[in-house]
Amino acid sequence: MSSKRKKQGSEHLQRVIDMCKSIEERSLDPFNVDVDDIIAVVQKYFPEWELPEELCLDAEAIHHLASIIKLQGDWVKHRSTSLYTDPFLLEEKIRRLSKEELATLFLEAWHPIIELEQISLHSLAEATKYWQDLLPLSERWLKTGSLEMETGATTREELVKLRILAEKTFLEELEVFWEELKHRVGREEKIRYWDFIGADNYSETTKRAYMASFLVTYGYATLELHPLEEEIFIKPFEKPKSMLGKKQTVSIPVSVSYEEWVRWKGGKPN
Amino acid sequence: MKRKAYYARKIKRAAHLLFYRRHRNPGVKGWELRRRLGSDYPKVIKILDDHLEKLDLTVKTVFEGEKPAGEPTLEQLDKARFYTTLRGGLAPKETKMMGWRIDDIAGLATAISYIIAKKGKAPREEVEELLRNKLPGWRVDINMNRYIRYGYLAEDENKQLYLDWRTRAEIDQKALVDLLLSKEKTLNGYA
Repeated sequence: MSSKRKKQGSEHLQRVIDMCKSIEERSLDPFNVDVDDIIAVVQKYFPEWELPEELCLDAEAIHHLASIIKLQGDWVKHRSTSLYTDPFLLEEKIRRLSKEELATLFLEAWHPIIELEQISLHSLAEATKYWQDLLPLSERWLKTGSLEMETGATTREELVKLRILAEKTFLEELEVFWEELKHRVGREEKIRYWDFIGADNYSETTKRAYMASFLVTYGYATLELHPLEEEIFIKPFEKPKSMLGKKQTVSIPVSVSYEEWVRWKGGKPN
Repeated sequence: MKRKAYYARKIKRAAHLLFYRRHRNPGVKGWELRRRLGSDYPKVIKILDDHLEKLDLTVKTVFEGEKPAGEPTLEQLDKARFYTTLRGGLAPKETKMMGWRIDDIAGLATAISYIIAKKGKAPREEVEELLRNKLPGWRVDINMNRYIRYGYLAEDENKQLYLDWRTRAEIDQKALVDLLLSKEKTLNGYA
């Protein structure tokens, strides 16, 4: 067998292995693989393999092909059971039903397990062992003794240089941010939360989200939620309002994950 | 009389074994029941099940692999896991006592029925995409991780989701699919 043909053969087998793997891993339709065709390919090259690596590749291809045949078997078995439903049909049904309807349906088929949790002899023994191995507080504190340092004085400039203090105070920075919000909102009373906090890079976005949370907490702005559209708007106040003690405040968690940022950036008009 | 006392003692022991969790996961294996209750444990479990009916509870047997078509053999029972579960369904108000919100239940129903439709295996990405129709985006990941932690779903290294032990023990999968289908029929009927 010429080396060119051998190379071609091993590339062919590698492609077969990759295709089988992708079907196994991504739950694709196993009937996309024509088993007879692949067996013909394996048979074509097999008599001429000599090196152990070549034989291993051949064995691997057969192994993956066997997995595909098993998946095909499972598929036929599943279609013949009463649980078979067309996934597209079911997906459509799930989409059409409301949360309440889905939950009510589910409760009819759900029979939760009844169980009591209690301390067992084993966990008691574990606890006793832990307690016996635990050093007395006096000994544990010895290990974390603090180092004695000479004290001295420092200036504000030095602290800024060391990045312990910011050049602007936090409140100053917050007020600049508030002004920016008012400017961005303009005549519209509000702006989409993500359009305001979103920046060109993710770290700047998280920083802006952090600042925005203080704008709301300190009464410089408020959030407006539209749960049906799943949209959040931020609305600046003309003057800061102190909500503390006047009204019951509510915490609103807003996810600012990397994936959300990528989605926002992708959907942003250029 | 002696026979009655014999079974009364065994039923008590079976109830203790089934109600108190002794392992990481609840439930007792058939072979453990045989060791503690004797070889006639299937009969003891049957009598206990009859007693529990008055309390709307039942002893559920979850077989390894698929449920045997006919009467299970002793070997199949030994390998099966036994749980005490609710016999009937829950009222929506009762779920609050268990710490489940309507969103969480709808999300679980969606994930499980989708995986059933996909022959017991589906990419996490696809399930999450479907859940985004029902739950706010930021809750999807939290809920999925919760379902996995509780044992309703399992995830492999390729981010494929499967139905896990708790789904097999607690959910009547066929009933769920049938209910979904019949609900659709009602909707079409109104349309």
